[in-house]
Amino acid sequence: MSALIEVLRLLGQRALLAFGRLGRGQGFLLHLCMVLPGAMRRSSDIIQMIYVVGFLSLLIILVSGFFVGMVLGLQGYNTLIDFGAEESLGVLVALSLVRELGPVVTALLFAGRAGSALTAEIGLMKTTEQLAAIEMMAVDPIQRVVAPRFIAGMVSMPLLAAVFSLAGIYGGSFVGVTLLGVDSGSFWSQMQSAVGLWEDIFNGIIKSVVFGFTVTWIAVYEGYETSPTSAGISLATTRTVVNSSLAVLGMDFVLTALMFN
Amino acid sequence: MQETAHTYVEIIVGVFVAIGLGALMLLCLQVSGFNAEDIDGYRINARFSNVGQLQSGAPVRMSGVKVGVVRNVTIDREIFDAVVTMEIDDRYDRIPIDTSASIYTSGLLGEQYAALLAGSDEEFLEDGDYLEFTSSAIVLEEIVGNLLFSKAAGDE
Repeated sequence: MSALIEVLRLLGQRALLAFGRLGRGQGFLLHLCMVLPGAMRRSSDIIQMIYVVGFLSLLIILVSGFFVGMVLGLQGYNTLIDFGAEESLGVLVALSLVRELGPVVTALLFAGRAGSALTAEIGLMKTTEQLAAIEMMAVDPIQRVVAPRFIAGMVSMPLLAAVFSLAGIYGGSFVGVTLLGVDSGSFWSQMQSAVGLWEDIFNGIIKSVVFGFTVTWIAVYEGYETSPTSAGISLATTRTVVNSSLAVLGMDFVLTALMFN
Repeated sequence: MQETAHTYVEIIVGVFVAIGLGALMLLCLQVSGFNAEDIDGYRINARFSNVGQLQSGAPVRMSGVKVGVVRNVTIDREIFDAVVTMEIDDRYDRIPIDTSASIYTSGLLGEQYAALLAGSDEEFLEDGDYLEFTSSAIVLEEIVGNLLFSKAAGDE
């Protein structure tokens, strides 16, 4: 009996802690938005961060995109050939990538690679009291340290998602046209008539911007809220990846329902 | 030394952003059906009793070749038939006035488009003209209804 009450007490405590973190996250976001104009003036910091967050993720995005596209091409071909519709492979690959897989998988990879790196970096700064030292010098640590990383993340995500989709489409065309013999002309022309600029590509870009905002916000927030121990940093990094992934997948459903209904 | 390292990073970031924007551009131009050149021409109208799923933006084809685009589909508030406004490219300015318009479906499940069958008159269509001869879209329910009725009549 007392064990059951203990379990309930722990659950309640965890829930309250989670709500508390959510609320502090909102306050953090508000503070971040207010210092963004000031942070934009330090362009060299932002550029450095775009290099770390964006360019260094480029390799994993390119390779993953290419392989995802190849798998789409292969699986799509195997299914479509039963209906004699293998000429529509381009439509299948392009729409899957541009509408869904591009933004979502890029966000997941971004959360894993760049998001966890951001969390670890800011968490370590907090643990070694660098953030406190900056604050002592009357410099806002959120404006100086967090905001450039946030801006870099938001700028990089849409670009990475576009690169992923493009790599995937070329991967799909490599498998379909070059390896499996789908007609190149039908592959590309059917794709072009099925993929709309505003309905599909623009919606995909909107999704990647929203995901970039979410992933980067969660990453920098978890870093800022790290409990200043080595175990704390490891916990925060894990939480970044898990929470970002869940948030991205949940919001993907909401956005898809809004856009493609 | 710090200056060189800094410039190095800036160049790399510039390359990264260029790659990203280039990918976006390629997606927009190569993958989507974005037509950079829009049809610019004169407008003609046609009345139909049923336009099916014809929408604005659908192509207007003559002998299978796209010659224009559907601009507007409205309903006449007095006669209650549908009026389709089509914009025909200026290059095709010698379409006879007895041309007929029909609504066909491209492929089995494709979008519907307006097809023009050229007439033989010596006068040509101008901006604002109405096409005299039209045949409406095929409505599946009507065909099935006709089939059932004719079967029932045949059985008697």
